[in-house]
Amino acid sequence: MLLKDKTAIITGASKGIGKAVATLFAQQGANLILISRDEAALHSLKSELDNGKNLISYYAADITDQDRLKEVFTDIRQTKLTIDILVNNAGVMEDAVLQMVTPALIDKIYQTNVFGLIDMSKRASKLMLRNRQGSIINLTSIIGTHGNLGQSIYGSSKSAVIGFTKSLSKELAGINIRVNAVAPGFIDTAMTRSMDPKFYDKNMASIGMGRMGQPEDVAKVILFLASDLSAYVTGQVIGVDGGMII
Amino acid sequence: MSKDNSEKLVRAFSTALEIDATTVKDDLKYQSIPEWDSMSHMFLISEIEEAFDVEIDTDDVIDLSSVAKAKEILGKYDISF
Repeated sequence: MLLKDKTAIITGASKGIGKAVATLFAQQGANLILISRDEAALHSLKSELDNGKNLISYYAADITDQDRLKEVFTDIRQTKLTIDILVNNAGVMEDAVLQMVTPALIDKIYQTNVFGLIDMSKRASKLMLRNRQGSIINLTSIIGTHGNLGQSIYGSSKSAVIGFTKSLSKELAGINIRVNAVAPGFIDTAMTRSMDPKFYDKNMASIGMGRMGQPEDVAKVILFLASDLSAYVTGQVIGVDGGMII
Repeated sequence: MSKDNSEKLVRAFSTALEIDATTVKDDLKYQSIPEWDSMSHMFLISEIEEAFDVEIDTDDVIDLSSVAKAKEILGKYDISF
């Protein structure tokens, strides 16, 4: 088991890629701290994954709510668990051509995709500092690496995640905390299923491997980055897109 | 209690900055010695949080510029010296 005795915090854990990561990590022996806004889904996921061998706890929290995150991390600190892994998966996507972009849209996307991710990284890395080791995996997107029409705000928020990942990896490398990013392409999740059908068809046609990615495809790469298999890898952005061309 | 806390604080500084405990005096200031740089400051915060079971706010992390200041800041978290 690749994550035996490791403890991972996963945001956006209740569905899609986050749920797939939680499931795979549990199979690999990790203790899990699951965070999502959806308490009922977290409760259900905990029941699903609980095999009596790993510790699984969850917190209903919006990562844009700093006061709530403070409570969550105070609680985590008191468990005295060593935090080894943070998967910054929570994210929101909303499309708009630039002339229709409102300050509220920018705020909504950046609060979660950028500011919440930074806050989570700050709090979790503080716990990792104690043991001089850890792995942070940030979810960016092929839109952040390549861009897409109608997605200047979402795309730029995901580009910010890449810049943050690269700089933080340099800051924390000396204390053996690795920071990497994963850039999924077109993955079969509720978020992509809510897309405009016109874009959905176009995206499908642009995937070299001819199929949508599954959340498990992304989770496996995140597992690699979380585990010691990638012990000498930091500051990298790994695409998981089946050869998608944008 | 106050003496215990003083000893805990000295130990936190000594461990985090990897300096001799005798060097940890009230007037020891951030960046006044090579061992207390921005990175070791993060270790220091982590050690202090662990020692006193508190979570130090970012404003206080920035403000914690000397041993004396550390005592003053910890007062806000109901730790007395």
